[in-house]
Formats: sequence, structure tokens, C-alpha cells
Amino acid sequence: MLQTHGEDAKILAGGQSLIPMMKLRLAAPKYLVDINGISELEYIREEDGFLRIGTLTREVAVEESELIKSKYGIIAETAKTIADPQIRNLATVGGNLAHGDPGNDHPATMIALKAQVVIAGPEGDRSVDINDFFEGFFETSLKPNEILKELKIPIPSGKSAGSYIKIKRKIGDFAAAGVAVQLSLDDSGTCRSIGIGLTNVDSVPLRAKRSEDLLLGKQITDELIKEASQLASDDSNPTEDLRGSEEYKKSILRVITGRALKSAVSRANGDM
Amino acid sequence: MTSVTIKVNGAETTSDVEPRLLLVHYIRENLNLTGTHIGCETSHCGACTVLVDGKSVKSCTMFTVQVDGKEISTVEGLVTEGALHPVQEGFTEEHGLQCGFCTPGMMMRSVELLTLNPKPNEEEIRYGISGNLCRCTGYVNIVKAIQYASNKMSNGGTTE
Ligand SMILES: Cc1cc2nc3c(=O)[nH]c(=O)nc-3n(C[C@H](O)[C@H](O)[C@H](O)COP(=O)(O)OP(=O)(O)OC[C@H]3O[C@@H](n4cnc5c(N)ncnc54)[C@H](O)[C@@H]3O)c2cc1C
Ligand code: FES
Ligand code: FES
Repeated sequence: MLQTHGEDAKILAGGQSLIPMMKLRLAAPKYLVDINGISELEYIREEDGFLRIGTLTREVAVEESELIKSKYGIIAETAKTIADPQIRNLATVGGNLAHGDPGNDHPATMIALKAQVVIAGPEGDRSVDINDFFEGFFETSLKPNEILKELKIPIPSGKSAGSYIKIKRKIGDFAAAGVAVQLSLDDSGTCRSIGIGLTNVDSVPLRAKRSEDLLLGKQITDELIKEASQLASDDSNPTEDLRGSEEYKKSILRVITGRALKSAVSRANGDM
Repeated sequence: MTSVTIKVNGAETTSDVEPRLLLVHYIRENLNLTGTHIGCETSHCGACTVLVDGKSVKSCTMFTVQVDGKEISTVEGLVTEGALHPVQEGFTEEHGLQCGFCTPGMMMRSVELLTLNPKPNEEEIRYGISGNLCRCTGYVNIVKAIQYASNKMSNGGTTE
């Protein structure tokens, strides 16, 4: 179907972004290819060194998965901030990424977790680093005849923990700004791996690379957290909208980056 | 036109629908079940909430053809043999409604909430109904109504 109709066709997953866009006539596909019958794409499991999530997995399944809650708490924490319960009954993790909206919440978390996405097309599967997946505003590296199949997240080692913090006006609102942090500490407390992703502060989900580089290989002190938060805020590029001005968004981003880093460090140390 | 077979409140119906027909329009206009309301049509208010195979969804954000072969429950199906569902009784007893516009959606969402979590605390109730907006009540009595239903359902019929 996708092969025959090319740009005229769109995949329908949870439909919780696509149907609203069609109502607003922001999308007017001639054909919809409903993938909801492909139950093989709904799974959450660890295999070959990766946590693997099928793209048709619903947000509600992510929220409730024992495996995710126990080892990848940040993903459940992120899912809980998305929309509302009815929408999460249908909305899929794959749709959240494939939509390419910088306001979606999973992209930042997948950046923090250093995920890869597996894409299936006529010539077979290909893996793409999450940092190369988002190409522009509502644009991803998916081609019209391809489908997002799986998310692959390396199983973390050492004392690893994460935190997702989102500022929104009310439940069901997209982020004014959001930040995802996932880090691993060794026994001496040195940061051995870190990922920081930002929601809705640029035309694409953003990786706070300078902040990551600053903290990697160091003991994370309050002083460094302050510096790293400032860098994330400096590197963001939010636009003014009903959720606030550019200055406001940069300022809350600095504050929540600091909070997320502190929370991830204390969770990694087992203090909760 | 596409033919769909859907079980609605226990009874199977087959109809021909346009692929683009939203489920809420099918329920209200084809089935004449007007208890399911349209408050916003933009997926925000939850007035259109129904259950599809037991899961609460916003029927304004689904196509009818997506529920082919499935079972839907609307507010009209809550009454069994003339007796109100405990959730309906709770909304009556605790004054959980004023204008009543949000009520069918609130109740359908409450039914799923209580199935998943029969004894929710206040915070869980408030989070559980966060996809349903009410312009009248301020939610206090809605929370009480759901607590009433929770007590009734877990105490085998009494609210003591
Ligand atoms: C009121 C409301 C509030 C919301 N709030 C939030 C929020 O706070 N945060 C948030 O992150 N999201 C929010 N959402 C969006 C919701 O989470 C979306 O459902 C989600 O972003 C898209 O997932 P979906 O499965 O519904 O995808 P669909 O709507 O079915 O699809 C979205 C796009 O992705 C494509 N697509 C989907 N799956 C695949 C696949 N497997 N392969 C290739 N392409 C695919 C589709 O063709 C389409 O272009 C909200 C939605 C609503 C209606
Ligand atoms: S009418 Fe469906 S959510 Fe408002
Ligand atoms: S009772 Fe009027 S909107 Fe809820």
C-alpha cells in the first residue's frame, strides 16, 4: 500500500495526532494504512543487550510495564506526562516519534537513553541513531514507503537512573519546556555515561550536547550542574507562544535541567 | 462505503459507513444514541468518551471503521434490568453533575478507572479523570460520586 501510493498514503497508528491534524486539514492523506492489526509490533522486552519496544506499543502499556518501571523509570515517567488517560489508551510510542513534533515527549527521553530506531522498508530493515532521526520541524528520516518498527535502547550498566521533567499549563498540554536526563555513575560517583534531551525548545527535539560533554567523566557537583543547566538553556532556541516568551522558556529550561540532573544523580545513588 | 459489524451495548449491528466517519458521529447519528456528547471535537474535553473493548477512548478521535469487529459501550448501556450502574447512582447521590453535559463521558471513564483500580484514592481519581473537563461542578462532587461507586462496588452493593 505504502509502496503503491507513496506520498498520498499515511500510516494510522493511535491516530491521536493524525486524526486531529486531518480535522484541521493540516493533513489530508488520500489513503490511510491502518497498522493497528499488526499485534507483532506491540511488545516490551530485553534481548541481545537492548530494551526493545515495538512501535505500536500503547502509552498505557509503557506506563504499566513492570520491566520499564523497575529499570527504565524515565520512560514511564515520560509516558505519564503525555496527554490524558483516554488518549494514552490509543497513542503509540512509535507514533510519538514518527510524528516528528518537537513538542512530543518521548523524543527527548529517547535521546537521553541513546536509542536507535529500527525502520522497515522494501529493502529490509535499517537502524538509525535517534540523533539522526529528526531532520526538521515535523520531518524525520522516514521515507513514505517505510515504517517505524522498533526502538532499541542499550541496557544501562553501573548505577543508572533518569528523570523527565516537563512544565505544562495543565494536564493534556504540550510542554512549555521539558528535559530528559539519563546517567550512569561508577562506584566512585564518576559519571560514566550521560544523555540529555530537550522537549519543545527548538524546531526539533534537541540534544544538550555541551551539557553532556561537561559532565561526562566527572564527579557531578552542584557547581557543575549549574553550569550544565546554563549551557542547555543557552543552546535552546524556543519560540514565543501561548505558553510563554522565549526568555521565560529559556529560564524554566535552566531550572528544570538542574532539577532533573539532581534527581537523576540521587536516584542513581539510590536515595530516590 | 465500507461495511462494519460492531457490538453496541451487547447487541450486534452491521452498517455501511464512509471510511472517514468519526465514531462519535456514527454513535449519535447512525445509532441515535445521543447520550455520548460532542463538547470540543478536538480531543480535549472527554464528553465523547466511550469504551472500546473495555478501554475508554475519545470517540471523536477514532474512525468508525477502526472498531469493526469490536465491542463498544456507551452510557445507554450502563443500566442493567432497570437498575442504575453504581457509577450512575454515585453521580445522583453525590450531586456529581450540574448541567450534565460532561456526565456521560465522565461516567464511562469512571467505569474503566474502577475496573483497573477498584479502590482509587482521591489523587488517583483526579488523575484518572484528567482527560474529562467539567465546566460546572469544580470536580469535588464528581470525586465523591466515584468514591461512592467504588465503595458500593467493592462492598457488594452497600455504601457503608
Ligand atoms: C489533546 C491531546 C494532547 C496531547 N498531548 C501530548 C503531550 O503532552 N505530549 C506528547 O508527546 N503527545 C501528546 N499528544 C499526542 C499523542 O501522544 C499522539 O498520539 C502521538 O504523538 C502520536 O501517536 P499516535 O500513535 O497517535 O500516532 P498517529 O496519530 O497515528 O500518527 C502520527 C504520525 O506518525 C506516523 N506514524 C505513526 N506510527 C508510525 C509508524 N509505526 N511508522 C511510520 N510512521 C508512523 C503517522 O503516519 C502520522 O504521520 C496529544 C494528543 C492530543 C489529542
Ligand atoms: S468531543 Fe471528543 S474530546 Fe471533546
Ligand atoms: S456538569 Fe456541566 S460540564 Fe460537567
